[in-house]
Amino acid sequence: MVALGEDESCPYEECMPDIFEVTVDDLKHLVSERAISGETMLLNMGPQHPSTHGVLRLLLELDGETVVNCIPDIGFLHTGVEKNMEAKTYQKAEVMTDRLDYLNTVGNNLAYSMAVEKLVGLDVPARAQGLRVILVELQRIASHLIWLGTAALDVAAMSTFLYCFREREDILDIFELVSGQRMMTTYIRPGGVWRDVPVEFEKAVRDFVKMMPKRVDQYEALLTRNPLFLDRTLGIGKISGEDALNLGMTGPGLRASGVNWDLRKARPYSGYEQYDFEVPTRTEGDVYARYLVRVQEMRESLRIIEQALNKLPMGPVRSNNRKYVPPPRSEIGVSMEALIHHFKLWTEGFNAPKGYIYSAVESPRGELGVYLESDGGPKPYRIHWRTPSFDNLQSLPLMAKGHLIADLVAIIGSIDIVLGDVDR
Amino acid sequence: MGLEQKLGEMGVVTTTLEQAVAWSRNYAMWPMLFGLACCAIEMMAAEASDYDMSRFGMELMRPSPRQSDLMIVAGRVSRKMATVLRRLYDQMPEPKWVIAMGDCASCGGVFNNYAIMQGVDEVVPVDVYVAGCPPRPEALIHGILTLQDKVVKKIKFAEKS
Repeated sequence: MVALGEDESCPYEECMPDIFEVTVDDLKHLVSERAISGETMLLNMGPQHPSTHGVLRLLLELDGETVVNCIPDIGFLHTGVEKNMEAKTYQKAEVMTDRLDYLNTVGNNLAYSMAVEKLVGLDVPARAQGLRVILVELQRIASHLIWLGTAALDVAAMSTFLYCFREREDILDIFELVSGQRMMTTYIRPGGVWRDVPVEFEKAVRDFVKMMPKRVDQYEALLTRNPLFLDRTLGIGKISGEDALNLGMTGPGLRASGVNWDLRKARPYSGYEQYDFEVPTRTEGDVYARYLVRVQEMRESLRIIEQALNKLPMGPVRSNNRKYVPPPRSEIGVSMEALIHHFKLWTEGFNAPKGYIYSAVESPRGELGVYLESDGGPKPYRIHWRTPSFDNLQSLPLMAKGHLIADLVAIIGSIDIVLGDVDR
Repeated sequence: MGLEQKLGEMGVVTTTLEQAVAWSRNYAMWPMLFGLACCAIEMMAAEASDYDMSRFGMELMRPSPRQSDLMIVAGRVSRKMATVLRRLYDQMPEPKWVIAMGDCASCGGVFNNYAIMQGVDEVVPVDVYVAGCPPRPEALIHGILTLQDKVVKKIKFAEKS
């Protein structure tokens, strides 16, 4: 086999004529006159860089080692998820949602399912709502663990990474227990959840909730008062609450700047109003404050999980509305009507009423919203994701200005962007 | 290329040396620290505590392509990323290997659309494909063992023919 590129007569450019690359020259209109005259230096960071958390490319304008300007170039992971979802029926489009923000797969499922439920007017049983909350909060902890591991790795704390991934495996084991998949669960479905949890679920979650607070203490012992970590984070990447709001920032980044805005409190969904939890806020607005907020959020999530598990009622986990929700497998063998519903739902899908809705949840990164428009057919006419990483990334140039290039790495880590979420 | 060419005329010593080189390459293969999408998280999990890829000599992820032997394409490759990916591959020194991790890198996966390359083998030659969306860390480790097998067997095959 002759591999591409080895054969000199067929360079890869000819094989793929429709791809293009943005060069520094194409972005020159975005930088100042000083950069063009050569007074400051233009430097390209990414898309392959260990601390851009994916395939982010930054065009940096540097004065010595100080960042004068920083221009994000996104789109290296553009997937066309929204367009693909428009070509699928409402149930089948859900598998695409997992792959948007791959650190918050269950949360994406929840946002999408809530939007479909709102569009067609579906009720969700109380047990399903409780299960949703437990899984979404577990996912929030898993996401923060990856953030903590990688952001600490960026400022050279290697061991935190290994500890965080150890605990993340416990959460993924719970996901695997309920859905059979580690990451892309598609467990939360419109009208409820896929099926009831196995009997081992409760013990697994209780063990985790019991074990985890000590582990969070361990992370804090490694970092919170570590002078090296403080030097790299205190006073770095400051943003005021007003600026953060103006730039559309949400999530822990906004709360670290003193704005107490959490959709779970402000616009409760899926039964969050029943649970007693605090929304951690800080006023400093720097990298260290964002770290503290996220660590505290892990503790609050554990509280929510424990309460939700204690309150979890028995009962059905899926809506009984057969026009929108497939019947359970056991009914198909005995009921002709169930068989017809199953067949109709998986071949044609259901027709949603004409109209549009917006529904949002609090993801680990901020407000994750779904705008869903229906033309009365079985497929979404238009679906748009309001993804938190995209809006949070806009604040990077403001935060990075005037800091050293080494601090930029800590700042990117502290925003907690997921490029699948930015580029969609 | 590498060592083989320089030692090409040395008869029976060469073959044993080649095997020794292949063996040492196997267990000191440095992957590039290069993640694209969801699979990159599972690749990190494979590197981290529970799965510990350093058992197979793979713990040293190099952020620079100039220092790496193996490219694990972990995730979907968009058209915008394809040129970058190819450039990274060209920058890697010989001998080099590529693992297409996951369905998206292997064949486009669930994304059959305008934005995503339908398999990374359109841009770079792939040695091992790992199935799964995303593959479990065990699956990636299996892919890596398959690749190590391939590196040794290629030498043995060349000896026979």
